Amino acid sequence: MWLYPGVFLLLLFSWFMDRERTYKAVKIAAKRFLKILPAFIEMLILVSLVLYLVPDRFIAEYLSSKKIFTATLVASLIGSITFMPGFIVFPLCGILLKKGVPYMVLSAFTTTLMMVGVLTFPVEKSYFGVRVAIVRNLISFLIAMIVAIATGIFFGEVSL
Amino acid sequence: MTFRKWILFSGYAAFLLFSYIFGFAPGREIGKNFATFGLYMLKILPPVFVLIGLFEVWVSRETVERHMGRTSGIRGYLWAVLLAGTTVGGLYVAFPVAYALYNKGARLGVIFAYVGASAVCRIPMTVFEASFLGVKFTAVRMLVSLPLVLISSALLGAYLEKRGYRISDGSA
Repeated sequence: MWLYPGVFLLLLFSWFMDRERTYKAVKIAAKRFLKILPAFIEMLILVSLVLYLVPDRFIAEYLSSKKIFTATLVASLIGSITFMPGFIVFPLCGILLKKGVPYMVLSAFTTTLMMVGVLTFPVEKSYFGVRVAIVRNLISFLIAMIVAIATGIFFGEVSL
Repeated sequence: MTFRKWILFSGYAAFLLFSYIFGFAPGREIGKNFATFGLYMLKILPPVFVLIGLFEVWVSRETVERHMGRTSGIRGYLWAVLLAGTTVGGLYVAFPVAYALYNKGARLGVIFAYVGASAVCRIPMTVFEASFLGVKFTAVRMLVSLPLVLISSALLGAYLEKRGYRISDGSA
């Protein structure tokens, strides 16, 4: 992973330019991280529980439903309430696509997964507050549904 | 840390401990999930916060205000999308960055655009997605979602700006 070495080099460069500032930067980083850490732990607890209750094979099964609109709706709900890094999601979707799951369903799943964050809510509300966090997630869900429908139309899976 | 969180954390820790001692399989699997995703986030979060720290000391308020502030116009949104393209991780990384931008004088619409765009158009993720689901799939998703993200962010930002809304430092 390039992130650690990259940031380390930047830090080193910053230190050569100005030691005082660099100490200050590290102090800010630590302070901010510690402040939000409890919310991240809360998020991890939620993730560990939900991923136990909604395992990959369950997701694969529900996304393979024959009725496209039901499958799309279910996919968007599962996408909203779960949390997965890209290196798990897209290979999974690739397999589902080969199994015949429509693009529209996969679009609903991946887009809600990216945009709607029920499990990241503890972190989001710590910055944005409960109300704005809810509104942002509702708007995101709506956008994800529009994206899914547009995908379905584009790939000729549904018609207007 | 709040009392509610202390109860939650100690209850959860006790549950995991109990599961490991008595071999309660679901509890052990939940513990494994916690460790897996905890490690995954440890690979991302500490360097992200160091970057935020460096941003705070090296980038001046005037620069951020000029490019992403009240008078930045459409350019602010362009910066939001570019910055989002280079973001790693996902939404949970975008929130602390959003606060850093806010702290330096970026306007709300631009900040929400950054958060939304970092969900849908992070470059490494997009490339990865296209390789599994095809370029057409990714193109449709980007072309539909990005304009909607920008418009809704601008509207939400303008509305909250009028109501004197403030983004918190992470302790809300």
